[in-house]
Amino acid sequence: MRSARRSWVAPTVTVVAVLVVWQCAVSFGLVPAFLLPSPLDVVEALIVDAPLLASHGLVTLTEALVGLACGVAAGFGLAVLMDRFALVKAALNPLVTLSQTIPTVAIAPLLVLWLGYGMLPKVLLVALTTFFPITVALAEGFASVDPDAIDLMRTMGANRWQIFRYVKIPAAAGSFFSGLRISATYAVVGAVVAEWLGGFDGLGVYMTRVRKSYSYDQMFAVILIISALSLALMGLIDLIARIAMPWRAATNKSVEVSHASQGK
Amino acid sequence: MGDIDPQVAGLTASHLWLSWEGEPIVEDVTFSVAAGELVCLVGRSGSGKTTLFHALAGLTAPERGQVFVGDKDITGVPGSVAYMLQKDLLIPERTVQDNAALPLLLKGMSLKEARAQVASQLDRFGLEGAQGLYPDQLSGGMRQRAALLRTYLMDDPVLLMDEPFSALDALTRADMRSWFLDLMSRLGLTCMLVTHDVDEAIAMADRILVLAGNPAQGQVSRLVGEVAIECPRKDRGQFMLTSDALATKRQVLELLEH
Repeated sequence: MRSARRSWVAPTVTVVAVLVVWQCAVSFGLVPAFLLPSPLDVVEALIVDAPLLASHGLVTLTEALVGLACGVAAGFGLAVLMDRFALVKAALNPLVTLSQTIPTVAIAPLLVLWLGYGMLPKVLLVALTTFFPITVALAEGFASVDPDAIDLMRTMGANRWQIFRYVKIPAAAGSFFSGLRISATYAVVGAVVAEWLGGFDGLGVYMTRVRKSYSYDQMFAVILIISALSLALMGLIDLIARIAMPWRAATNKSVEVSHASQGK
Repeated sequence: MGDIDPQVAGLTASHLWLSWEGEPIVEDVTFSVAAGELVCLVGRSGSGKTTLFHALAGLTAPERGQVFVGDKDITGVPGSVAYMLQKDLLIPERTVQDNAALPLLLKGMSLKEARAQVASQLDRFGLEGAQGLYPDQLSGGMRQRAALLRTYLMDDPVLLMDEPFSALDALTRADMRSWFLDLMSRLGLTCMLVTHDVDEAIAMADRILVLAGNPAQGQVSRLVGEVAIECPRKDRGQFMLTSDALATKRQVLELLEH
């Protein structure tokens, strides 16, 4: 219990301290206010622009979620194919890795050029940036299964689909959710980057506008919103992971119990 | 399997020749295990015991020869013989009851029915109260019993076990052996068990088959003999302390030197 409280205290103190130093630096004129808005200015901008931020945020969140869903579906399909056919794995592995070395900012304008200013290029960009962690995580998860476990399933008369369902999927669940967590942060950032380069709505569009009008307080406000969205998405995924993997909670608890009893 | 009467069906291997990645491992193995009998296969590490068991379970096809359960040819076809591998291979993401229920689920039984059937056996396998636990929460002995319950629920007429107790500490192992012998007798199971521990074989088997050879050195393994143990299973604890047991052990060890 005490250690849980301690883990809360340290980061809170750090954040508050940074905010105080920041506020003082601006208030006492150490940094000019037009270059760096004070935390209070940012809060004010957040309140004033709340309705606008909410409507833009909703657009970005939709793009991120739809793109993430597409990325997960594509990543899952690819990982299954790579697991099933060694040739597919050998053929696609370098391509999957290569696709991640192409900078998002470089490909975004092309997508806008090809697909217009609507939602499609944003969703596609998010899908492109998120599928990689999912594919890698799932492929590793599937490959981590003990070959003897598969033999055992065969002696029970299991077919390929049953082996997949009862052994491979559960074995890959842990790494899948780790990959999904990374992908979720990529999703929000990917959507914002795509919006920078063309569009009518979304936090990226809002960001471009306030940057052009040198409204740095609003700039910081939108950065805050983007971070909050990413964190919320990660939190949601952690929650789903806890529900989807009850064995984790059960075995962690038993480990804690045995540690506690050793302590006595 | 439903089409084989477990009361009469034994296991028969007829002139099996096995190889692994092109290298011959086992040659011309012929034996049979009668219904209700417990036969131990003894051999040194690397003599090809596991290779032989994989072939008996239908996981690999022999170069030559056939495997029968009763009079049904099961050569190279998995699913007719229950096989318990060295590791318990419980799925860490499933509870004890859902691990044990696997063979029933694979046959198309509903989860509810399968769990009910598992629940009715928990007592007999010493797992009462543990059905909701995950494998990582169990002791080694309990894990092995859960794996054994799963194997039993495969409902196959013949049970193959590859060093099932080797991962347990000595005391748990002794407990598990006597518990298992008692269970086997009560359920009338037909069983073949691999071990490299001659004492374990004498403590459990009705008959011991000895596999000798060293395939890695180019010496292909063969069955070099068999030793029957006349003492009833329930008196085996006492038998182990007699000079007869020692004589049996000497006989097996001599065969291993073959």
